[in-house]
Amino acid sequence: MILDYETLKFVWWILVGALLIGFAVTDGMDMGVGNLLPFIGRTDDERRVIINTVGPHWDGNQVWLITAGGAIFAAWPAVYAAAFSGFYMAMLLVLFALFFRPVGFDYRSKIADPRWRRAWDWGLFAGGAVPSLIFGVAFGNLLQGVPFHLDEFLRSHYQGSLLWALLPLLNPFALLAGVISFAMLTMHGGVWLQLRTNAPIAQRVKMAITIMGLVAAAGFALAGLWITYGIDGFRVVSQPALDALPNPLAKTVVVEAGAWLAIYDQVPVAILAPVAGFAGIFTTILLSRMDRPGWAFLTSGIGMTGIVGTAGLSMFPFIMPSSIDPKSSLTVWDAPSSHLTLAVMFWAVVIFLPIVLGYTVWCYSRMWGKVTEQEIQARSHSAY
Amino acid sequence: MDELFIDLSRWQFAATAMYHFLFVPLTLGISWILFIMEAVYVMTGQEIYRDMTKFWGKLFGINFALGVTTGLTMEFEFGTNWAYYSHYVGDVFGAPLAIEGLMAFFLESTFIGLFFLGWEKLSKRQHLMVTFLTAFGSNLSALWILVANGWMQNPVGSEFSAQTMRMEMTSFAEVLFNPVAQVKFVHTVSAGYVTASMFVLAISAYYLLKGRDLAFAKRSFAIAAGFGLASALSVIVLGDESGYELGDVQKTKLAAIEAEYETLPAPAPFTLFGLPNDETMQTDYAVKVPYALGLIATRSTDQEVTGLKDLMVRHEERIRSGMVAYGALQKIRQGAADDETKATFEAHKVDLGYGLLLKRYTADVVDATPEQVALAVQDTVPPVAPLFWTFRVMVAFGFLMLFLIGAAFWFTVRRTIERQRWLLKMLLWSLPVPWLACEMGWFVAEFGRQPWAIGEVLPTFLATSSLTSGELAFSLAGFIGFYTFLLCIEVYLMQKYARLGPASLGTGRYHGEQPHPAPAE
Repeated sequence: MILDYETLKFVWWILVGALLIGFAVTDGMDMGVGNLLPFIGRTDDERRVIINTVGPHWDGNQVWLITAGGAIFAAWPAVYAAAFSGFYMAMLLVLFALFFRPVGFDYRSKIADPRWRRAWDWGLFAGGAVPSLIFGVAFGNLLQGVPFHLDEFLRSHYQGSLLWALLPLLNPFALLAGVISFAMLTMHGGVWLQLRTNAPIAQRVKMAITIMGLVAAAGFALAGLWITYGIDGFRVVSQPALDALPNPLAKTVVVEAGAWLAIYDQVPVAILAPVAGFAGIFTTILLSRMDRPGWAFLTSGIGMTGIVGTAGLSMFPFIMPSSIDPKSSLTVWDAPSSHLTLAVMFWAVVIFLPIVLGYTVWCYSRMWGKVTEQEIQARSHSAY
Repeated sequence: MDELFIDLSRWQFAATAMYHFLFVPLTLGISWILFIMEAVYVMTGQEIYRDMTKFWGKLFGINFALGVTTGLTMEFEFGTNWAYYSHYVGDVFGAPLAIEGLMAFFLESTFIGLFFLGWEKLSKRQHLMVTFLTAFGSNLSALWILVANGWMQNPVGSEFSAQTMRMEMTSFAEVLFNPVAQVKFVHTVSAGYVTASMFVLAISAYYLLKGRDLAFAKRSFAIAAGFGLASALSVIVLGDESGYELGDVQKTKLAAIEAEYETLPAPAPFTLFGLPNDETMQTDYAVKVPYALGLIATRSTDQEVTGLKDLMVRHEERIRSGMVAYGALQKIRQGAADDETKATFEAHKVDLGYGLLLKRYTADVVDATPEQVALAVQDTVPPVAPLFWTFRVMVAFGFLMLFLIGAAFWFTVRRTIERQRWLLKMLLWSLPVPWLACEMGWFVAEFGRQPWAIGEVLPTFLATSSLTSGELAFSLAGFIGFYTFLLCIEVYLMQKYARLGPASLGTGRYHGEQPHPAPAE
């Protein structure tokens, strides 16, 4: 094995981050398009144009979400177990919303009745809006710590059930994080629409991009202030060697003000993440208004990378801190799989991710070009 | 131990997995049938084969959408509902799932969009390649999922670690080349091919019976009959009995399926019918075929098939050994273990899972009374009658389909198929049969694995999340309600487009259409 255990643990933190960013850029784009669908598309033909800009690609894009889930299962089984069961009600909400998407895309055009189509428009909206909000809410809760603890056999127990588990997740800071996530994905989806459609959709969507970009930036700034002055972070006081066999309960952790900003002192270059977040959003707004949607798509991706990266870096090495039993917190060093599994999975990613990116680009390039109402009318039987 | 909560967790997994598998087998098979149809189109240039690819592709799409929908749940359900399972075996089980996403699901899902929407934007050969990659990706998906499932049945290539309190992978190659996974893969994809063949045969039979779209229906029928015959033979010949050779879990499953309470002298007879009785541990009114089971299960005339009573004796020994392992593990977890305790643990840890079975009756395991041990021993064998009957109906359906597809193939070759109205009617009525057989197959595989989530490693009742019955009742009702709602829409669209037939393509060439000039392409 070429890479030692400590290195692999760190590399997997990068890889999961990369998969989440890949998810935001691809499937997040589809969700953003869904968020805009009922508002930007005024006629059925316009809405079909909007849907068909992502029609051939949404399914492949969604695999980023599935692969991110699978990768967390394989690389951080403790996180997969504690987070998904702890956030049970929120996960159900996301799943039930996501259910509308595959059927929405495929079934909507199969029946011409306007009520049928209108219903699926709102289904596609829900399939975009709920997950894009809840994923942000999840990050907002991770930053505040989650009420779970691990027992001596490493079974995780979560405080509260049903509404008493769900409602505390929807606290003000978490909702702010949800708004940031919703706004940035909607902005990103908007840029995609501007890129792939003609006027009037491409014109109409510019206002949405500006508003959503400003909301995302303002929310991001507010969240930064909130973290600085209002939310305590977590700090590892002592822990086993970084290449030791993972045992979350073997460390000591304190909760203290400013801990989430420590990384920017220790590794000053980390400040590039929030800078990229703001710069990406503002350039996106600018480029969109200058009718340069291709470049705006790139900067929007950079902005989202910056925002996701800021959340991840601020918490490093924590992945899922525990608010009721800090030593149960899961970190980059004590949540991963065994050395062998991390290595096998590392090589799987190194080999297959470039192949995936290669054929994904080929597919987009084949389907490139503006989607027009004429084209939809001509292919009425086969288009979405 | 909250038995209601555990039952609800099991019901939810069973419901969501079996719903999901309503859509998987058709995808596995019809994607190859589409590839065959399109390959004929590319080679001969006859438009009717392109129309066939597009029309059957439309029905495939209606099915596929729900396959994706219900599949989403499966990717997250281990974490949401089987959190201790996820922690305990994620190191091994997570890897094939993640690789499935990277290697197979990306492939299938990225190209499927171009299959549906890329006809005008791709060259003939490019589109054919896209169809091939979609089919290849979906079948590769099945391989990785069955590697994961095979490991649940026969957990090779891994070892329990007391420090991390979980199973850890020791050999990825052993996990990948698990013999149980290999036979399961072949059996499952072949069953999918048969399902798709029956689907195309039944709907084509409907057109033939109605005397409409004859050229279209006969060509579709012929391709499905040829593809289906090869697949039906493969399901039955390669059936997964060879998987039962391995491990006590598979032996127990085999004995339960066959209602073999006693170990009989080799070669054992096969019980064709009978009434298994778990109370008295014997099969009443059994009709037996001499030698058959010995031949099927051991492929020999001199090896015994171990009966449930003897297996339970062995299980009791392993439960007692597991109690020793658990006692040593407790000391290790408390950091109070000397070398001797560690050595004891290593010597007994292969039976740890059997010790954990006692957790249902006593939290501490090591203080189990003889009565509690006896109860745990009872638990090591799944209820026999449901397995016995489900398996027999599945096999009967398998032979029924072999007969129907064989007859379809025969009369296709004789070119008299449209005159065999009895066969066409039987095919149409048999449309639900492959789905029933597939669902029964999974029932036998997974119910037969009980009481284990991971064979001999982790009992199902320990594998759950720490949730409440209220949450499970809510989510179970939600899944069933939502899925059923979507299933109704799916079935409605499916029959609408099946009745509409190739006219739904809007080419103007098919039954019920006003002829008009084909659009310029």
